[in-house]
Amino acid sequence: MAVAEQERTVRGIGHSLRRHEDDRFIRGKGTYVDDIVLPGMLHMAILRSPLAHARIVSIDTSKAQAAEGVVAVITGADLAAHNLAWMPTLSGDTQAVFATDKVRFQGQEVAAVVAEDPYLARDALQLIDVEYDPLPALVDPHKALEPDAVLIRDDKEGQTDNRCYHWEAGDPRATDEAFARADVVVTLDTHYPRCHPSPMETCGIVADVNQATGQATLHMTSQAPHAHRTLFAMVAGLPEQNIRIKTPDIGGGFGNKVPIYPGYVAATAASLLLGRPVKWIEDRSENLISTGFARDFHMHGELALTRDGEMLGLRVRLVSDNGAFYADAQPSKCRAGLFHIVTGSYALPAAHVVADGAYTNKAPGGVAYRCSFRVTEASFLIERLVHNAAIELGLDPAELRRRNFIRPEQFPYTSATGFVYDSGNYEAALDLALQQVGYDDLREEQRRARAEGRLLGIGIASFTEVVGAGNHKDYDIAGIKMFDSAELRVHPTGKAILKIGVQTQGQGHETTFAQIVASELGIPPEDVLVQYGDTDNVPYGLGTYASRSTPTAGAATAVISRKLRDKARQIAAHLLEVSEEDLEWDTGRFSVKGAPDRAVTIQDVALAAYTNMPEGLEAGLEGVHYYDPPNMTFPFGTYVVVVEVDPGTGDWKVLRVVAVDDCGVRINPMIVEGQIHGGLAEGFGIAKMELITFDEDGNCIGSNFTDYLLPTSWETPNFECFATVTPSPHHPLGAKGVGESATVGSPAAYVNAVIDALGHLGVRNIDMPVTSAKVWEAIQQASR
Amino acid sequence: MYPARFDYVAPRSLEDAVEALAGGGDDAKVLAGGQSLIPLMKLRFAEPSLLVDINRIPGLDGIAEDGGRLRIGALVRHNDVVGSRLVADRLPVMAAAAPLISDPLVRNLGTVCGSLCHADPAGDWGSVMLALGAEVVARSPSGERTIPVSELLVDTFTTSLAPDEIVTEVRVPLPQRRSGGHYLKLERKVGDFATVGVAVQLELDDGRIGRAGIALTAVGPRNVTATEAERVLAGAEPGPDAFAEAGRLAADAAEPVDDVRGSARYKRAVVQTFVERALTRAHEIAGGSR
Amino acid sequence: MEVNVTVNGAQHRVDVEPRMLLVHMLRDRLRLTGTHVGCDTSGCGACTVLLDGTPVKSCTMLAVQADGRSVTTVEGLARDGQLHPIQEAFKEEHGLQCGFCTPGMMLAAAALLESNPDPGDEDIRWALSGNICRCTGYVNIVKAVRRAAGAMRQTATQAG
Repeated sequence: MAVAEQERTVRGIGHSLRRHEDDRFIRGKGTYVDDIVLPGMLHMAILRSPLAHARIVSIDTSKAQAAEGVVAVITGADLAAHNLAWMPTLSGDTQAVFATDKVRFQGQEVAAVVAEDPYLARDALQLIDVEYDPLPALVDPHKALEPDAVLIRDDKEGQTDNRCYHWEAGDPRATDEAFARADVVVTLDTHYPRCHPSPMETCGIVADVNQATGQATLHMTSQAPHAHRTLFAMVAGLPEQNIRIKTPDIGGGFGNKVPIYPGYVAATAASLLLGRPVKWIEDRSENLISTGFARDFHMHGELALTRDGEMLGLRVRLVSDNGAFYADAQPSKCRAGLFHIVTGSYALPAAHVVADGAYTNKAPGGVAYRCSFRVTEASFLIERLVHNAAIELGLDPAELRRRNFIRPEQFPYTSATGFVYDSGNYEAALDLALQQVGYDDLREEQRRARAEGRLLGIGIASFTEVVGAGNHKDYDIAGIKMFDSAELRVHPTGKAILKIGVQTQGQGHETTFAQIVASELGIPPEDVLVQYGDTDNVPYGLGTYASRSTPTAGAATAVISRKLRDKARQIAAHLLEVSEEDLEWDTGRFSVKGAPDRAVTIQDVALAAYTNMPEGLEAGLEGVHYYDPPNMTFPFGTYVVVVEVDPGTGDWKVLRVVAVDDCGVRINPMIVEGQIHGGLAEGFGIAKMELITFDEDGNCIGSNFTDYLLPTSWETPNFECFATVTPSPHHPLGAKGVGESATVGSPAAYVNAVIDALGHLGVRNIDMPVTSAKVWEAIQQASR
Repeated sequence: MYPARFDYVAPRSLEDAVEALAGGGDDAKVLAGGQSLIPLMKLRFAEPSLLVDINRIPGLDGIAEDGGRLRIGALVRHNDVVGSRLVADRLPVMAAAAPLISDPLVRNLGTVCGSLCHADPAGDWGSVMLALGAEVVARSPSGERTIPVSELLVDTFTTSLAPDEIVTEVRVPLPQRRSGGHYLKLERKVGDFATVGVAVQLELDDGRIGRAGIALTAVGPRNVTATEAERVLAGAEPGPDAFAEAGRLAADAAEPVDDVRGSARYKRAVVQTFVERALTRAHEIAGGSR
Repeated sequence: MEVNVTVNGAQHRVDVEPRMLLVHMLRDRLRLTGTHVGCDTSGCGACTVLLDGTPVKSCTMLAVQADGRSVTTVEGLARDGQLHPIQEAFKEEHGLQCGFCTPGMMLAAAALLESNPDPGDEDIRWALSGNICRCTGYVNIVKAVRRAAGAMRQTATQAG
């Protein structure tokens, strides 16, 4: 078994290779933005609005200007003088860099101090006097959409109300017809609350603009360096070739580091004006009150079914609270992202979604927190509806799902909202999950527990995600088409550098992408250096979010490897003096058919590519490929969560989490499982405790880690993970992407489990976060 | 997050510390564990002019039995209590509360006395010490006095300490009879302040309840003593009926407010449940169920 | 004020303002950037260091408080070029992803193993509950600590 032997030695796809990047992280030798120190570097601190909505009457910076160590104080007026007071967002809106006319949310950027030392910068912030004229704050998006509401975006020409978009998907007539035939309509009104990705590292930048050359080097926390560079060029009017964005190690992103933030622009402007490098690192509270929040969808869902549980149609009306600026990053044709995946894993013949976005006096955002463009909200809604439908119909929730799954032979499947699902075997994933959790026994145990007054609940979610945008025809960010890239250079000694347009924030790209090259080209992964995150050095790409690295740049890596392999075959034929057709490829080795000892390795070929190439063949062994995915990929799975609720306090504990994920072919199973663990934990946090909320004046509650709660090792349950593998038919490696599946799928499983524990009392809904207080109140309400 | 400027002294004796504090005026603060003070300074919610760091003063870090009481010095950290054999054997309510305070790292620096002096109504030690009938010793240039914890805790973040007083220790009476105690805390995650906390101490006297101490965390402007509940338990026969009655009375004594952790109604209900549960457990520990 | 402090075995004399936090002295003055800042409110543990062997949050301590004491940061975990078993185990069990919480997490874990050479899963989860990780869901961190404990016990047995 020469092939298998060779595969083992190269440790490519399918191997749980330990990660390259860990060698620096475990020694404390990673380099994050805040670790960067440049000669003469200054420190910027931002003054933020204490009010949610107010006109700025005056700003007096004189005392701050005179304070110890202060080099400059910058206001919106200063930026406006350079035409930098406003910037475009990735969703096609505009956002104030520093407020000039009025502040529109608590925490909005108003001015900045640039000083020799971060302590002195904070001291001077306290010396800036801003006089505000308060305006009524709009915190309820429904009220914001009322006709007589105060206009928040009076800066926008033609904007007469607080609507930031209206968007529809699906077929309203077909849906109405489906509902007319229904025996049962199950409805659910639920608010998927505002939460925050909260990576452990906050956002920041070290901006270094050379006044003489105009060259701007921006070391920043970016999940999408190329897109950011293009936007920077557009906002600052700098020639794009003079902007170099370098992302060092990133301490987690989860969508938080996709948008462009005022701090990046202000620090760059400061460096440009002062001629010295300027560092800006957010405090945690700044991160929580001003940078990309997630979700905040007010959803009304209706599911139409026959009495025996056949799903007929789905209707959704939703209002999204986008805050003061529409500043997330949605594909431009999809104003509510990919929410129309809301039909989920089910053969739902008709569906209609109506979405409206509201401007409110809250921080801007709506980023995809470990989620592909609003897919989490969609998955949550359908999986909660299905659970409630099972209760109404008296059916087992697993059985109701099984009856309605899209069947394996129906793929590729066109959903009622227009997605073409690539592949799936939903029942297999469900069966495996039920078997691993011991479902029938658990239901029996639940019956016994109830008889003793104990509240045990079992929650299921059988989710389907859509990830890996684009294709380029349908998907773009701010006009830039959603392809991605890989450039592979094989050096004479057979060692390689792979440059990719996507950006790791902890996902292990340096390892997995090397494994793809290893499998495709036979170069061991330790001989492949993977580079990313430097716009001068790597080919253009849209970055990493929406689980798109493997579906897009992973595919590009496979394709470019294959292209080089084709060239290598020509060289091998030349070296072995046979024709190409006479060669056989084992990973890393060409041999002559029928004479396996006559062979050359990929390393031999690499050397020849520079020293002994055949006549007429271009020298070198390198190339670049831009991959435009023919379709998105549709990972899926089933999660089962078992909880017990304490009736005395409403507190609930997770007893089991069984997760079956099918993300197609797994490149590095260890890393895939690690991604799933992380998503299950973040899903748990969202379901149980993560919340940003506001009082009626628009004051943010949830502005630091004593209010915005992140689960620790103690609360977080253990996770039992299993896999089924249904390859994507259109991806070169059969892979689908996995980084977000568990955050997308799991919140509904946790909530369904709590509702399942209380269902017999009549409880049908508790909005997230499902706090012990809400559970207790629901029990009281139900037992009245 | 960066604190504003302040002066700093780290005296080597209590006398010097007291003098420095007295000379520092109203904006001077004592730094012990710093786990509440330093975060407030970083947020610039607190901007003391002078910090008197007492961590270099010898002799303040002991837990010792002394004449029927336990003396806990001003530099005893929460985790010193977690690790104390003496506490585990004699004061189960303290042993139950200590590991529930903040998180393991904060417990390595934060102090019992500092927590009491911070007078956060969501602080756990306040309730424990009220239930135990403890007192603190305070030193100032004019001498030393003892203050019952019930008189120390005046209002939210407000104590009866004079600006020039340093608490040097807390003294906990060691129960002489068969006794038990317990602490229950509902928190949303490790490191969270209590939604509700309940401390109980039960002393059994010839099959009946002697002294009972019950105090509540995070349901009032300060830690609340459930006086009525204590009164009905004293002399009563221990058991489910008495404990349930005490739970109801304690819920009445609570003065919770609606907030993001839950409604006042909810918090009262948790007080009731927890008092009942904690008394049941304390009774078991006291050997009452045997 | 002058601070005399031993960091990772080396003596340092640093002149700081009293208000300088220990984490800033380590990062900005001694250039030991493995210790990270993740929050403002003592809530995340990214800044965890060992103070005379005890894990503490270096963002909630003044540099002047470390005068005369010994601090261990992630850079001091390896000895003589030999990785600490906890470092080996974090890599082996995939106990890290973005790496930002990892130094603090490993130091808290190393301290646990000093006091409890054979911790169960609950002991580990309890001991690490002052350190937040957003990437791993903790499962592999717990596995890593167990693995390190095993390796350290084995070494101790062989040495004994």
